[in-house]
Amino acid sequence: MTSNTPILKAQAIQKSFDGNTILNGVDVVLEKGEIIVLIGPSGGGKSTLLQCINCLVIPDDGQIELEQQPIDFSNKQDLYRLRQQVGMIFQEFNLFDHLTALDNITIALRKVKKLDRNTAEKRARLELEQVGLGEKGDLYPAQLSGGQKQRVAIARALAMDPKILLLDEPTSALDPDLIGEVISVIKNLAAKGMTMIMATHQISLISTLADHILFMENGQIVESGTPKELLAKGNVNKTQGFCDRLNELATGEQ
Amino acid sequence: MDFSPFYQELFSSLNRGLLMSVALIVPSAIGGVLIGITAGCLRAYGNRAVRLLGNGYAAVFRGTPLVVQLFVLYFGLPNLGIYFSPYAAAVTGFILCSGAYQSEYIRGALLSIKRGQYAGAHALGLTHFQTIFWIIIPQAVRRAIHGCGNEIIYLIKYSSLAYIVTCLELTGEGKTVATEYFRFTEVFIIIGLYYLALVTCASFLLKIIEKRLYIPGFGHK
Repeated sequence: MTSNTPILKAQAIQKSFDGNTILNGVDVVLEKGEIIVLIGPSGGGKSTLLQCINCLVIPDDGQIELEQQPIDFSNKQDLYRLRQQVGMIFQEFNLFDHLTALDNITIALRKVKKLDRNTAEKRARLELEQVGLGEKGDLYPAQLSGGQKQRVAIARALAMDPKILLLDEPTSALDPDLIGEVISVIKNLAAKGMTMIMATHQISLISTLADHILFMENGQIVESGTPKELLAKGNVNKTQGFCDRLNELATGEQ
Repeated sequence: MDFSPFYQELFSSLNRGLLMSVALIVPSAIGGVLIGITAGCLRAYGNRAVRLLGNGYAAVFRGTPLVVQLFVLYFGLPNLGIYFSPYAAAVTGFILCSGAYQSEYIRGALLSIKRGQYAGAHALGLTHFQTIFWIIIPQAVRRAIHGCGNEIIYLIKYSSLAYIVTCLELTGEGKTVATEYFRFTEVFIIIGLYYLALVTCASFLLKIIEKRLYIPGFGHK
């Protein structure tokens, strides 16, 4: 782990929907270049936590600081600025259905970063090539496979030069034979030093990429540590058990 | 080939009426769509007060006969010191009535767009207004286009009510000739053919617009 000052600090995040507590005082501290992996059973609050971090869902209580700057949840400009700096990858891709792969990327460059069309397109093509889709720029989302859609979504987020990337189960909606292409893109990002928080059930991402694992259950972080600490042989804890089951599933499939 | 005086008068009247009809329909269709998009957005996204206002507008103009609306505009408003020419009264009535129906199609289309599209846009830093303007409306228009086109075709036909406020278009001109010669059946059949031609042209234009807005695979999920 690096010893920089944290790039992102989320403290005592609380969120409930209709009286159901989804997040109950969650703390996350992320350093530059670090990769945190969130694991745990469905409904444990992983997605909500990620959405709270870039304020797609406004926390009921708690504090978020990006580079030591606290975010004022009631100030829209603050929220827009936060989201521009924190990229997000969704399980369901959320590509804009009416725009080509290229325009999916250029729209935010043009409307948010105010780049002119040419500059935006150049940047977008570059990002598409980075994820191996240089030829697919003119296709619409419906003409792409799931894996290709997710790679476009990653290119779209990266084009905004985010300081942090949040990935919410990026491979969970994909057919097994399409997962590989997305994993290799994510591994590439990690190799380039991208700072990430990722919720995933993908055992190969957990064990190879994580600098830090957070195990979430019932809206709380119940275990936290490096993969070495948590996944060492002979350890008995929730993370270990969970990963063992994922492993069994993964080997069972082959 | 020489037409009898009856047909000469009929066709010159109907052609004059046709021009008036087109002059009524085109601005009404465009205005109706614009009002429909605006009112549809306000009804889908506005705060309580705005929504109430939008819903009230739609309820009144969808809930009362167009004839009544035209009467009020042309014969009622002068009592309040507001005077419309027959043409202005007709176009205003058509725009307001058509807009109310269009707003319903647009509102439905807006509400059918999945949350993920908003999340995707917000996550990139687009403001709420930018998200609606650049991401949601372009998709909603494509979903609403068939309904909106249908409403425009209705509009072409209810434009015949303009003669009620003494704006003589196809039906009004035809009716005058028919009364003069007492030959209603053939006159109204010919008027019908004129409308059929108008609707055919409009359908053709709508097809072209649909083609231009077509996106492979859009809406087939």
